[in-house]
Amino acid sequence: MKARSFSYARPKTMAEAFAVYEAAGEACYIAGGQSLVPTLALRLQAPEVLIDIAHISELLGIRLEDGWLRLGALTRHAETLTDPLIAKHAPLLTAAAPHVAHPAIRNKGTLGGSVALADPAAEFPAMMLALGAEIEIANAAGTRRVPADDYFIDLYQTALEPGELLTACWIPALRPGQRWAFDELARRRGDYAMVGCGLLADMAGDKVEAIRIAFLAVGATPLRAHAAEAALAGRTLDAAAILAAQAALDADLDPPADESMPASARRHLARVLLGRLLGTLQATP
Amino acid sequence: MSDRVPMILTVNGEEIAATPRPRDTLADFLRQDLQLTGTHTGCEMGVCGACLVLAEDVPVHACLMFAVQAEGTRIETVEGLSERGAIADLQAAFHERNALQCGFCTPGMLVTAHGLLAKGGMPSREEIRDALSGNYCRCTGYEAIVDAVEAVARQRAAIKEEAARETAA
Repeated sequence: MKARSFSYARPKTMAEAFAVYEAAGEACYIAGGQSLVPTLALRLQAPEVLIDIAHISELLGIRLEDGWLRLGALTRHAETLTDPLIAKHAPLLTAAAPHVAHPAIRNKGTLGGSVALADPAAEFPAMMLALGAEIEIANAAGTRRVPADDYFIDLYQTALEPGELLTACWIPALRPGQRWAFDELARRRGDYAMVGCGLLADMAGDKVEAIRIAFLAVGATPLRAHAAEAALAGRTLDAAAILAAQAALDADLDPPADESMPASARRHLARVLLGRLLGTLQATP
Repeated sequence: MSDRVPMILTVNGEEIAATPRPRDTLADFLRQDLQLTGTHTGCEMGVCGACLVLAEDVPVHACLMFAVQAEGTRIETVEGLSERGAIADLQAAFHERNALQCGFCTPGMLVTAHGLLAKGGMPSREEIRDALSGNYCRCTGYEAIVDAVEAVARQRAAIKEEAARETAA
């Protein structure tokens, strides 16, 4: 199918974008468009005005600021694969990047778009949780930063209010002693994952001081595994600790059954994946 | 509302002034307005890879962007690549290795292969498969396509090595 007719605006500044949004009846922002264009083609959405934010320079750029890495909303997925600042200060994001869709999609899709859409099966939204990121949101009145833990509300529902723009993702720069791991189980490379997981741990030798574990494709939003995190905190990362975390994970996840697999299978895959990833965090396995 | 938008873009090296409707995808614009029908429309939702073109030298789906978004952008289609001889070796290898049957997916395959090989280096079969993961072929079973891309990667590496030897000598 083809998209319904709409008119097109290409603002150069955020202020201009907000003004266009305000004046329009029903408007939609587009950046990379890799999820939005099919949505329009299938007529799941039919805005009167499409506001192209890809030329707003305020949304560009990757920089380090006071111990945080600020990734402008227009950072392309392909950049997260190759950017040296991201590789150094947010290597979990670099590790997740090859799993995001296919190469051609990664050339166009943006980090801000992915986090704004908040697809529960997407890699980057879940990594915002694992990384303890803050999401920068702007409207005509100003800018605020929302912790990722408060940002994801429900299926495709976030702290973004209508007309607001996601302007950047702030990620705490990697600290000495932190270790990270990411992997996902997908039927084919580039397909949506059946389950995926990223984790970031503060380690002292083999002792877990603190850990953040985030899952994708297990519910309506990306999910923190709080019970599994608690089962690991303060413990030596040995086989017993990993088993305890896997057991605790049952309390964290309540995946829905769908046509592709029953809930119990998804729970099982999540446990297997968590065990594997924790194994890779051990300094001396 | 939804008035045509005047724009300038570069297609296959030529600057073009056009007035697409905002709802026209780049794929439809190339095929219908410019008669560049080498860019195929298959799924029209970014899954099959038949519509891949180069935008600023990297492969993108022409079905996943509206033509109006391409204002000021350098686009190259499979016609441009083949006419300037950039993929002559790939085309020959696809032919020799029977890496196509119906040919519907081939323009997208060539654009992906070109994008991969333009990065330089000698990709492994695994890397070639990964690069082609967004391109569907329903005829060949992919093996011949991977063979053809691998053969060209080897050829290009050998030519480069030869040139380096000559420069040194």
